[in-house]
Amino acid sequence: MRSDLRMQTGPTDLFDLRPRRVHEAEGRGRRAFALFQAERHPGPLVWILPAYVPELPMLRGLPRGVGERLHLFRPVGETDLLWCIEEALRAAPVSLVIAEPEKPMSLTAGRRLQLAAEAGRTTGLMLIREGAGSNATETRWKCEPVASTAADSTLHQWDLNKNKKGTSGSWVLNWNGASAAVHMVSEARQRHEPAGTAR
Amino acid sequence: MALADARAICPDLATRPADLAREAAALASLRRWAGRYAPMVATDGVDGLMADISGVPHLFGGEADLRDDLQARLERAGLHATSAIAGTRGAAHALARHGGGIVADGQLAEGIGHLPVTALRVDHDTAEALARVGLARIADLTHLPRAPLARRFGSGLVLRLDQALGAQAEPVAAEPDAPQFGVRMTLPEPIGLQSDVMAGLARLLERLCAKLARHRMGARRVRLELRRVDRGTAQVEIGLARPMRDPARIAVLFAKGVDEVESGFGIDALRLTAPVTETLAPEQIGGGPTIRHEDALADLLSSVGNRIGFDRVLRLLPATSLIPERSFLLAPAAWSTPEPIPHRAGVARPIILFSPEPVTAASGTPPARFRWRRMRFTTLRATGPERITPEWWFDDPAWRSGLRDYWRVETQEGPRLWLFVTPQSQGAQDGPAPVGPLNWYVQGEFA
Repeated sequence: MRSDLRMQTGPTDLFDLRPRRVHEAEGRGRRAFALFQAERHPGPLVWILPAYVPELPMLRGLPRGVGERLHLFRPVGETDLLWCIEEALRAAPVSLVIAEPEKPMSLTAGRRLQLAAEAGRTTGLMLIREGAGSNATETRWKCEPVASTAADSTLHQWDLNKNKKGTSGSWVLNWNGASAAVHMVSEARQRHEPAGTAR
Repeated sequence: MALADARAICPDLATRPADLAREAAALASLRRWAGRYAPMVATDGVDGLMADISGVPHLFGGEADLRDDLQARLERAGLHATSAIAGTRGAAHALARHGGGIVADGQLAEGIGHLPVTALRVDHDTAEALARVGLARIADLTHLPRAPLARRFGSGLVLRLDQALGAQAEPVAAEPDAPQFGVRMTLPEPIGLQSDVMAGLARLLERLCAKLARHRMGARRVRLELRRVDRGTAQVEIGLARPMRDPARIAVLFAKGVDEVESGFGIDALRLTAPVTETLAPEQIGGGPTIRHEDALADLLSSVGNRIGFDRVLRLLPATSLIPERSFLLAPAAWSTPEPIPHRAGVARPIILFSPEPVTAASGTPPARFRWRRMRFTTLRATGPERITPEWWFDDPAWRSGLRDYWRVETQEGPRLWLFVTPQSQGAQDGPAPVGPLNWYVQGEFA
């Protein structure tokens, strides 16, 4: 019922992460998805990535207004990483915590993060490897960049594979990485798809 | 004597440039030490100390014994100093710079009369004018009428003369000591429980923060030293993401460090210091939600920084460079403030940047097909090239290969990659016309 209500408010609200919960994103386009979400969350952002990860967000390429609010934590070791995520989720002023855990998270760890997010009224987004998700996650997105025939469109396919309080779905959309607005590419395709798209 | 003359006389002369800052620091510490002789000690010029010892000499057995004690202690410390005791500041200054000694009470004029007029702290021109009219000693001046003296040589001379002879009062203006942010607590019975230590810490923090507030300072680092009954010490030090003097918020950061302290047979003394402080103006507390949010964010940065290190809590700052790696800075968030990012039009930049990774099996310019990270890609569309030349004023090893041509390559498989090629390095190897395949690298990913 609740998801139906949210459907009616507009196409981009489909991608609103449920607040005070921890979500997961996997696939090649997960960092783009994270930045898309970062732009939609006003307030300080925290991006936690292990010290060995070479991929850094590039300031000039970030969507407008994200770079100033972004804090980067680079802990060494899995324990410190999880501790940082929990601490950041517990902090009230942070609006979105993006983290890249290296190992599959146990149910205990995932549940703890959910509790921390609830306590701190913060939303969390874990950028996970393929299939390294936790069962405690609220939603799980699979994000892939899609090649497009038109010259100036940057297509993404975002599949909602798991959703604890709603339905799953699959969308192809055009987001250029600069603004908060997205253009749905094929609404018709989404309608005609069978209900259980994935998993 | 000029240095050249001195070298001519003694060729082996060892010389060192004067370090004025360290000399001043040494004098300041000597001033602190001299507090044992008088409550009021001031620095006198760059090379002297002035102490008001009124009412003190009898504690040392008289003025002569006091001076002997002072000289002996300085001698033992390896310092060659001259000291003088006189009834006025001017007289003591004059005598200390001309041999030293003690001027008995009421005999100021006789005691310093034999000194040259330059001892009177008058400027060079006045001293020269006095010498020209034959007034070489202080005794020559004391009998002269004041009015003509003041008219001819200025009122400064008369003032200095009066000050030296006691006709004009001149107090010793001791500068206030720099505030020392440290508090301590000694306990009659040793404590060992974590809650007890935290309670003691809370009391110390209250005092320290009150002191910080009085001087309008905020602590950046706070150190807690715990002395055990067996004379061992434990130390807990925390850093703060911004200057702070809120006892409750600092106490929270100590919890983890205090937890790890081995108390042994008990702790009987606590000492809390703030080694690094910064000015912090009084500010509104508990005000609007903005202030509370800023405080909470600073608390988060502090606690994370204390665990993983403040150099790992970073912020992105813009930099003025066209080189992708140097177009932004990773600055510690605790020591920087967010800067507005200038919006730059121009060629789009990737959202993710990494160090260049070579692609294999690249064919053509731009490559129609290539392999990267064990994946096969087919180019759908390529935009470019955008030529970026190295900054010649930096010797960056990564840019030794010369200029780079950047391409935005959209692949059939989905990812939009930022590739570059180094045409110059190829030319150097194979002559002017590149024969072999060019070196292609991936450096970023677009949204």
